[in-house]
Amino acid sequence: MDIFLQLTVSGLSTGMIYALAAAGFVVIYKASDVLNFAQGDLLLLGTYLIFFAVAQTGLPWSLGVLVTVLLAVAVALVVERLVLRPLVGEPIISMIMVTIGLSSVLRGAINAIWGPNPRAFESFLPAGDLVIGPAVLSAARVLSIPIALAVLAGLGLFFRYTRDGIAMRAIADDQQAALSMGISIPRVFGVAWGLAAASAAIGGIMLGNIVGVSPNVAAIGLRVFPVVILGGLDSIKGAVVGGAIIGLLEVYVGFYVGHGLNLVVPYLVLILVLMVRPYGLFGKEIIERV
Amino acid sequence: MSMECGVFHTRYESDMGLRPRPAQRIRLVLFALFVLVFPFVASTYWLDLANQVAIATVGAIGLNILVGHTGQISLGQGAFMAIGAYTAGLLTLNFGVPWGASVFCACILTAVAGTFFGLPSLRLKGLYLAIATLAAQEIVEWAMTHWTTVTGGTEAIVVPAPRLFGLRLNTTFNFYWLAVLTAAGTALFAANLFRCRIGRAFEAVRDQDIAASVIGVDVFRTKLLAFATSSFFVGLAGAMIAFYRNIVTWERFTLNTSIVYLAMIIVGGLGSIRGSFLGAALITLLPALITNLGRAIQDTAPQAASLLPYAQQAVFGIVIILFLIFEPRGLSKLWENVKDYFHVWPFAYRRGESRAN
Repeated sequence: MDIFLQLTVSGLSTGMIYALAAAGFVVIYKASDVLNFAQGDLLLLGTYLIFFAVAQTGLPWSLGVLVTVLLAVAVALVVERLVLRPLVGEPIISMIMVTIGLSSVLRGAINAIWGPNPRAFESFLPAGDLVIGPAVLSAARVLSIPIALAVLAGLGLFFRYTRDGIAMRAIADDQQAALSMGISIPRVFGVAWGLAAASAAIGGIMLGNIVGVSPNVAAIGLRVFPVVILGGLDSIKGAVVGGAIIGLLEVYVGFYVGHGLNLVVPYLVLILVLMVRPYGLFGKEIIERV
Repeated sequence: MSMECGVFHTRYESDMGLRPRPAQRIRLVLFALFVLVFPFVASTYWLDLANQVAIATVGAIGLNILVGHTGQISLGQGAFMAIGAYTAGLLTLNFGVPWGASVFCACILTAVAGTFFGLPSLRLKGLYLAIATLAAQEIVEWAMTHWTTVTGGTEAIVVPAPRLFGLRLNTTFNFYWLAVLTAAGTALFAANLFRCRIGRAFEAVRDQDIAASVIGVDVFRTKLLAFATSSFFVGLAGAMIAFYRNIVTWERFTLNTSIVYLAMIIVGGLGSIRGSFLGAALITLLPALITNLGRAIQDTAPQAASLLPYAQQAVFGIVIILFLIFEPRGLSKLWENVKDYFHVWPFAYRRGESRAN
């Protein structure tokens, strides 16, 4: 039972990091219909920026987090303006390829700046273990769950109550009507990329604390796809639930079934969901059928 | 097909011809001469690159049939090439099937697999299909590395060298002829495919699937046929890699492979055979050019040279982005612009931008 509890906590904490990356993905998709294949690289950017701020510059961690998020948002805004904006309205294949190109550029730049070797910095999440009943849990992992949930709740509130959030929902609902009501679409696209980068940066900061800083972090970007398809491409709530389910599934399958099956099970789920319920658990039930 | 300015066909044969104009024929002959002379003057290094370009051309034409001409986005190119390579390699290695036969089996099996993965296209469109093929890629990748009894897992399988009349075919020089012939044959097949009913149906489905079904195109069947045709050539490219390299390893067929091939057809030009070749050449030669640049500046600027491997990755991305923003129809369109300019020189004329996607 204690093993089960440990697995659950580790699965949930991984799942919440997936959820943070996926939430950014969902925000971009909702606002601009772009599938962002560079989401994993935004996460990677977050881990390296916090390494830069805390270990290389020597800032206290609170300031370091702030600097990381701001720098990540700045990068995303520049990218949106220079790369995505000229392609608004192009066919899907162009939008997919441009984010793939972006991912390649970001990764190349990060490797050029910080080198390909894993780096480490002193974790500022509490390092000890938490003993709950019979189970021994890593405190950092336990703590990462409420942090992620708080950030995701913040995103949800943003969509519900702020002007930009409502504008974003309006654009997702009907772009033409939103335009005619005077909503600035470029501004909303910018905000969407900024938010996606911020949420990915926070995910990256937590990853940096839990597993360290290395180029492999970007691989998580691909895990975003099962998560968002399961949860629904346009739902933040879906990203949270989908992230939790995929994270848990991975650790359970990894432990109880083994054979490296945990690597492929998210994609099997993805195929299954696409066949049965392509809009996911919480997505809007609009899908183009052929 | 867009009409060309200043070309007046007076006979049906010339109207139907693949390359009706004298200038086109002269260019073709010049290119053929270059291809014939090249292996006798080039070093092994460049010859090896030429072989890679020829293989990539076959794969890129295959992918372009699906993505560029039929409009079905596939991120599963690496998986399909893997199926081709492993089938060809394992058949020859384990069952002693002659290489020609095993290449053919590989193509057929990849076509079957492609059709199977095309089935979701019945229900899914656009980005959902892209995500489904991404999942297919991940699943095949997993099978390659974990289904050890068949694929040997992460170990490479060693493929016996192909022989013809006692001649070893996979030396750089000998393979060149095989690869060039295959690439030329593939290009010729594809060129003719899009001049007949099936190919036109592919393009109709891409441009407007509902309109296509109204004029009597069975959309689903056409899509599956596109998946099958495309995968056939992709499998062929995979099998060529298996016999050229003598070994089959999973690292050659990852998601990254899919991305590289998509980059080839984006940079070359979607829905263009010439584009498939130009894109395959550029994307294959790009790393080699950057490496050579690195060697050149090694002495003068060792600091910069050490950054080159990462620059390679970044440049790859930058090339994709620049083409998408400034010339979404790729190298093929650039070449056409040059031709058009000289064709009616000194008059200014731009061919209409009629072939919109």
